[in-house]
Amino acid sequence: MALTGIEIFKKLPKTNCKDCGFPTCLAFAMSLAAGKVELDRCPHVSETAKAELSASSVPPIRQFSIGTGETAVTVGGETVEFRHEKTFVNKPPIALLITTDMTDEEIRGRAAAVKEMVYDRAGATLKLDMIALKDTGNNSDAFRALVKKSRELCNLPMILMSGNMDSLRAGVAELQDEKPLLCSVTPDNAEEMIPLLKESGCPVVARADGYDALCSLVEKLTAAELKDIVLDSGSRKLKKTFEEQVQIRRAALRKAFRPFGYPTITFPCEMTDDPAMEILIAATLAAKYSGIVVISCAAGENVFPLLLSRMNIFTDPQRPMATDPGIYPIGEPDENSPVLITTNFSLTYFIVAGEIESARVPAWLLIMDCEGYSVLTAWSAGKFTPDLISDFVKRTGIESKVARKALTIPGYTAHISGELEDTLKGWEILVGPREASHIPAYLKNYGSS
Amino acid sequence: MSFEIDKLKYTGKIKEVGFGAKGDVIVGGEDSYPFYMFEGNEGAGVKIAMEVYDRVEDDWAPAAVAPFADVINDPVAWALSNVSKYGADMIALQLAGTDPNGANVGAEEAAALARKVADAVSVPVIVYGSGNVEKDADVLKKVAEACEGRNVLIGPVQEGDFRQIAASCIGYKQLVAATTPIDINLAKQLNILLENLGVSADRMVIDPTTGGLGYGLEYTYSIMERIRIAALVQMDDQLRRPIICDLGKEAWKCKEARGADPDVKFGDPARRGIMIEAVTAVLLLLAGADILVMRHPDSVALVRKYVDLMMN
Ligand code: SF4
Repeated sequence: MALTGIEIFKKLPKTNCKDCGFPTCLAFAMSLAAGKVELDRCPHVSETAKAELSASSVPPIRQFSIGTGETAVTVGGETVEFRHEKTFVNKPPIALLITTDMTDEEIRGRAAAVKEMVYDRAGATLKLDMIALKDTGNNSDAFRALVKKSRELCNLPMILMSGNMDSLRAGVAELQDEKPLLCSVTPDNAEEMIPLLKESGCPVVARADGYDALCSLVEKLTAAELKDIVLDSGSRKLKKTFEEQVQIRRAALRKAFRPFGYPTITFPCEMTDDPAMEILIAATLAAKYSGIVVISCAAGENVFPLLLSRMNIFTDPQRPMATDPGIYPIGEPDENSPVLITTNFSLTYFIVAGEIESARVPAWLLIMDCEGYSVLTAWSAGKFTPDLISDFVKRTGIESKVARKALTIPGYTAHISGELEDTLKGWEILVGPREASHIPAYLKNYGSS
Repeated sequence: MSFEIDKLKYTGKIKEVGFGAKGDVIVGGEDSYPFYMFEGNEGAGVKIAMEVYDRVEDDWAPAAVAPFADVINDPVAWALSNVSKYGADMIALQLAGTDPNGANVGAEEAAALARKVADAVSVPVIVYGSGNVEKDADVLKKVAEACEGRNVLIGPVQEGDFRQIAASCIGYKQLVAATTPIDINLAKQLNILLENLGVSADRMVIDPTTGGLGYGLEYTYSIMERIRIAALVQMDDQLRRPIICDLGKEAWKCKEARGADPDVKFGDPARRGIMIEAVTAVLLLLAGADILVMRHPDSVALVRKYVDLMMN
């Protein structure tokens, strides 16, 4: 069974030499216990200790990166089945499919779409993470040309998909030291693939139909000392694929079943012809355990909701439902900009801040500590009262930032405006809209009020 | 090594609740996690309730208005077309116009409308108030009375108004949607309070409160997962209820769905809201939703096809 950090620490050299990249042996031991690193990062551990530790030091689902430099992605490393148990760690990279039978215009269009579809949201950046190149004609010259062109157009890590060994070799040669993800090694081509994998050091997708076949294939790869493996259990039917994703995650986490202790890959692009359905399938598999998701739809109206759903699922659930109180400048507000106040319920904050942003009117947003309650709840619980609001506004120091002291309060609390004018001396109280969606219109007319 | 499928042992089952005037449209009854058909039963399966509004605000996305252009000012006609044209499993009448901060439509008028809608359609009916507890206490009491004999689901029934509304629901034999703000303990507590008041366990559903996609949906997702885990493997009897997600209004409220954003990277504004609604529905289904309250016919059609792929 898994050892604790202290138990592991006892078996380490205790020299704190830092060669593992951690400041102390203890820090390394803690990380090891949490399944975040592997034992071979310490070059000094004794052979006996290694044998004792190896069972407990392997993370239940191997984590590794694909690609190089800034755009590299990290896959695997998950430790739970349900996000509330701890958190999901590595959001599955979403790869956009490009094939050798696409026209030059289509290929350029896709590369451009990948660049274009980058969305900033409340501190997070949503975007596609990989390119999947498919050799539809099993032609190594055409494939190499596609790899070359795609690399010129786009700097994301690549998945090379071909049933032809020469094509994969050509692709690897074209990308030199990049170590793209090769797709796939199968029970049929394993003998031929293994030397290429060993020589190139590339991570690989292991594909076999059904659990047992996949299990033997992975064992063959690990016997050849290959480690960076991504699992493809073969099904392209949603119901079956879903079952396989659940079973593989469970086997890795609950049974420590080593052959399935790797991230998976799924191909919504091969599961339907309808781009909208493809997105629903991708959202499902990104939420339920796929380590990498390959899609072929490049339309913003589809990709954007998919990226939102992945963001939601991979947000750390321990993040409180409250936002830090304080002054939030939105746009570049100055002394004449409007001042709005609301509570620190995260959803309230996101929605209000988003609406102010979309109004394109710079403003000061004051977020008041109301224990994470929404406006109506906070008001009825006595946490958003004229006294408390006045205290808070004074403490923020907003008074030194604005010339016109006018405070806009949420429309739902209109009835406290009179009392607030009495307690918040020197301020004019304005009543904003009840629904956040009306904020843009409100702000656009603000100057004339 | 060879592999054996790991089947979880469930110890609980979600209660079956009978909807519709005859109580013969069953919701719930599942005894495993959503779509885990390799180890359990899905029960009655997913029901999609299509929204009908008493009054439509003028800030609706054009894409959400378009399919209903000819019926949008006539809730009865709207309900009928949702059933005949789009095959709605249920109709969810949203009494948004009763909001005292909005049109402030009176309780009698709202109740009369609810009765008309319930009489017009053959499918089960859900009636939701504005969410304002004082007003809902009045409006939903009268709705319960007016709809006697129709066995409608009434909500949101919240901590602030459950005494008044639940008493009428018991008296006039309506179903109760117990609504709490994204919190498993509050959900459980309200279920207990309702049972103590006399609402039987097979006459209520849980409304966990739905966050929008990109706007807190993750909280709803995890609370629903926790509710299902408690109900199915942790012997928590009070949480063995079907779950309803009132998602149409959340999905269409966000600025991305309203569609004004001119930036090309957001794609076709007419399709974007539909996809936001459909993706929201998918996550809620994965977390355990039994009833989805939805708006756009294209999102509904898509989600139906999706459920079919998940099940067959
Ligand atoms: S490399 Fe090994 S010995 Fe050195 S600090 Fe890390 S754990 Fe300790």
